[in-house]
Amino acid sequence: MIDWQPIILTLQLALVTTVILFFLSIPMAYKLAFTQSSLKPIFEALVSMPLVLPPTVLGFYLLLTFSPNSTIGYWLNNNFGINLAFSFEGLVVGSLIYSLPFMVQPLQAGFSKISVKLIEAAQTMGRTNWEILIRVILPNIKPSIITAVVLSFAHTIGEFGVVLMIGGNIPGETKVASIAIYDEVEAMNYGAANTYSVILFALSFLILVFIYSINKGSVKSINS
Amino acid sequence: MIGFHIKKRLNTSSGETQFQFDFEIQKESFTAIYGESGAGKTSLLRMISGLMKPDDGTITYNGKVWFDQKKNIDLPTGQRKVGFVFQDYALFPNMTVLGNLKFALSKSADPVIIDSVIDITDLGELKSKMPDTLSGGQQQRVALARAIVQQPELLLLDEPLSALDTVMQQKLQDYLIKVHKEFKLTTIFVTHDITQIIKMADQVMILESGKVVKAGKPTVIFGQSLSGKFKLSGRVLDIYAEGVINIASILIGKDVIKVVISGTDPLSIGDEVVVASKAFNPIVQKVGE
Repeated sequence: MIDWQPIILTLQLALVTTVILFFLSIPMAYKLAFTQSSLKPIFEALVSMPLVLPPTVLGFYLLLTFSPNSTIGYWLNNNFGINLAFSFEGLVVGSLIYSLPFMVQPLQAGFSKISVKLIEAAQTMGRTNWEILIRVILPNIKPSIITAVVLSFAHTIGEFGVVLMIGGNIPGETKVASIAIYDEVEAMNYGAANTYSVILFALSFLILVFIYSINKGSVKSINS
Repeated sequence: MIGFHIKKRLNTSSGETQFQFDFEIQKESFTAIYGESGAGKTSLLRMISGLMKPDDGTITYNGKVWFDQKKNIDLPTGQRKVGFVFQDYALFPNMTVLGNLKFALSKSADPVIIDSVIDITDLGELKSKMPDTLSGGQQQRVALARAIVQQPELLLLDEPLSALDTVMQQKLQDYLIKVHKEFKLTTIFVTHDITQIIKMADQVMILESGKVVKAGKPTVIFGQSLSGKFKLSGRVLDIYAEGVINIASILIGKDVIKVVISGTDPLSIGDEVVVASKAFNPIVQKVGE
């Protein structure tokens, strides 16, 4: 029987990351979708950097930042007693950055597709921007929200390079499923590696089937 | 009294145009804004409602300042008491018909208005339907009802009937006239359909490249000095010779009628016309500016 801890830890990491990322990304995606600023391409590029950057590069810089020898790492450690290097909290911070484009991009696409007339109609009714966001915009971009949430969750499950760089391989703390597979292969336990791999494979496949079946039916409900 | 004295530089299909509107309308009047596309009709409504900011000038409503560039006053849309019916209706797709009406109700308003608006616009049976299951005419009625629920003092309609067929247009014109009277609204509607103006409006303003070039009673503006005993607006479908006379088929509402016209009448197919009669002989005259 395999050790289930890495799988549970992976799901925990994906869940925590997705929830935090959702609330962080809504305002970012909203700003990006509706801004007229000439700096927009720069912010879009920054958000999308984790898509093209090797995860090891991201992990390397995060590791340097988290290290107690760095200003930020020292400050966090000194004032809050938080040590992000080789800890679950560190993995969450890393995953937030790593999965950011997977949350922001679908949300931004959803916001851009909303008809401006809907927002203007709500404005003539004296509704605040907050009410318009919660009651008009978000309910009408549900497929985008589901895509963003599920993709971020799935992508966090699959991360390896960042985790290896900043988390290492501490059982119950930073040893997620993808690391466990690597670990088992190194120890020549191909059976256990295979079990983890099959689970991740099945999970990823089911998630994607879910997204595609959701988006199939709801595309027409997005008001253009 | 509602006064507009505004200027705005806008990019239109025919290049950059300087819009300048200076006019006043009376309370409870039904004003039509007529003009070709690009004349600034929609922009005017957007500036009145606060969705677009004029470059300069003032907008006052019964002595209350809605916009004053010099004094830096720009009342937000939500505080201007306008109801806006958009050309493509802009119903909230995630809410039922009733949900759309409820969303439009201001927090301090008595919900009883919803029932009376549903009554007047005959939406009772559609209350629990989603907007995308409704026909164009039904969606239009919901959009109108939703604007009325806001209890606006000023109702703005942007080409409200343009997407509907003739029969549906007639029906909705009746609804519009009904709510305008029932709720004592001041209504401004934008259109490029002269027959709608003649049927509904007390006054019309003709816009050309961002300026009001003519204003007044529709019958006067569109050159109808006839004192007809009966008067119908319609559209010429066909003109053909029969023996020595010419006959025009004219669509009035959903009916096609045939009228003898003189050979010298400068009519052509598609013209909007008025069919009027002084006593017994119907006279057909082209509707023009």
